[in-house]
Amino acid sequence: MRPLALFALLFLLSSISIVFSMASGSMPIGWHDLLSIIHGDGQGLATRVLIDLRWPRTAAAYVTGALLALAGGLMQVLLRNPLADPYVLGISGGAAVAALLMLLLGLGGLWLQGAAFTGALLSMLLVFGLSHGHGSWNISRLLLTGVVVAAGWGAAIGFLLALSPEQNLRGMLFWLMGDLSYSTTPVGGLIVLLTGLLTAVASGRSLNLLAHGELVAASLGVSIQPLRRLIYVLASLLTAAAVTSAGTIGFVGLIVPHMLRLRGVRDHRVLLPASALLGGCLLVLADTLARTVLAPRQLPVGILTALIGVPMFLYLLYHGREHFGRDG
Amino acid sequence: MSRLEAEHLGIRIGKIEICSHLDLCINAGENWGILGRNGVGKTTLLHTLAGLRRPDRGCIKLDGTPLTSLSRRGIARDIGVLLQDHHDAFPASVMETVLIGRHPYLGPLQWEGAADYAAATGALRAVELEGMETRSVSTLSGGERRRLGIATLLSQDPHIFLLDEPTNHMDLHHQILILDLLKQRTRTEAKSMLLVLHELNLALRYCDHFLLLYGAGETLQGTAEAVLTQTNLERLYGHSLQALQGPCGTIWLPC
Repeated sequence: MRPLALFALLFLLSSISIVFSMASGSMPIGWHDLLSIIHGDGQGLATRVLIDLRWPRTAAAYVTGALLALAGGLMQVLLRNPLADPYVLGISGGAAVAALLMLLLGLGGLWLQGAAFTGALLSMLLVFGLSHGHGSWNISRLLLTGVVVAAGWGAAIGFLLALSPEQNLRGMLFWLMGDLSYSTTPVGGLIVLLTGLLTAVASGRSLNLLAHGELVAASLGVSIQPLRRLIYVLASLLTAAAVTSAGTIGFVGLIVPHMLRLRGVRDHRVLLPASALLGGCLLVLADTLARTVLAPRQLPVGILTALIGVPMFLYLLYHGREHFGRDG
Repeated sequence: MSRLEAEHLGIRIGKIEICSHLDLCINAGENWGILGRNGVGKTTLLHTLAGLRRPDRGCIKLDGTPLTSLSRRGIARDIGVLLQDHHDAFPASVMETVLIGRHPYLGPLQWEGAADYAAATGALRAVELEGMETRSVSTLSGGERRRLGIATLLSQDPHIFLLDEPTNHMDLHHQILILDLLKQRTRTEAKSMLLVLHELNLALRYCDHFLLLYGAGETLQGTAEAVLTQTNLERLYGHSLQALQGPCGTIWLPC
């Protein structure tokens, strides 16, 4: 697909998913209400629901999905591993341990978000520092360090869950599977996302080369070490921002870039921004369903991303298998 | 026109010494062959000369400037490397792969233009891969992949070609086609090349200078006539050889 047509399609999908999300919920809202907000003359209850409740949550879902998908695409090319996702290097684990500690202490809101962000960054520094070690910084070392640190965080999460009183468990599990119900308008997330997109597009051609291997990229003029550090820090920041606003939502970062790759999108200058848009759509859709299918009961959004994503991904993989290369 | 020099080069991997005080000068128009047994460090030496690996001692200079003070982009416009086989983790088409050779000529936000596509198409035609532009690299055979590597190098259009076993997996026709093509470039465009080759007779046909790596840091270099003697070659490979006079010059056969 031509990049222009692809982006037109993704913008259309984004608009549809956002309107669908805004219009869905326990209080029925019609086109009239949506239009009146755009005109800025709405006053009624419907307007308040839309502006105060649905818009922040929809925006947060979109930005979080975009952050995760972009981080996933970056991690996959950084680690040259199709199985990499934003959480593979233990970033979410650090965030989760810090966030659960706050929930255990009964703290929410800004405490929770601050702790998640700090936990994610500390985990990133820990993995980065340890993977340097004595020897040179190489990708297998980074991947192994990250996976092992993530396993450690996993144990700590289990420990915290085992310690927690019954009434806290539900909130903790929701956080671990993704929860957008406390989201506010994601200004910070949006800034991180835009920075990430600009950097990703600017280094896109270098990333195309990196996908062919480090030596190939270096021999064609890419400064490998600075590029890898940049991508590592960027992907970590994107992940930290996503985890901060919505807990740990799996799957989006893994499958969204692959969906596009399976449709033949391989140039990272197109793939990365397109992943962000598609990730946003997917998470908005998933979150809308998470809060409506069993209303008034809410489901963790992570369940819905998987329910929508698994069949979509398997379909694409089945039909696009000849496009996919051999394993690295 | 470029000159690649190594000064007092010392390279070790662990306890294995590849060279200790190697002085080497590859001038424009020269074709060098590196010979040696498996594991003696031919590839490592090639990577070091390309600036992909730091030497333990000494330095590499491009037209008199140390590689360490040049940008990777600048180096990539002068030195092109064909690496040994590698696997791609992600799918790529033939055209996408050839186009990466244009990277050193493009600015960070610049997209490949008509001239880059023309260079890529020309390179594919030169290695007889035209018509395969949209094929996925993973569907190519080993020899086709090797030619694709050469095509990428041709679209990169460097002054110095460093080639690590370029004819691997190639059939006879393409071995000759590719090496003829490269040799023609070195002659008409004052470029130079350095080949790691295991095919002694192929090396003899295309190289005018040789560097022999004996292991333990011992090296020998010079023109083909001076270096490729029966004694030197038998010692190099640890195998007795016989020279035959064929219609195109000397042919070495293992006994």
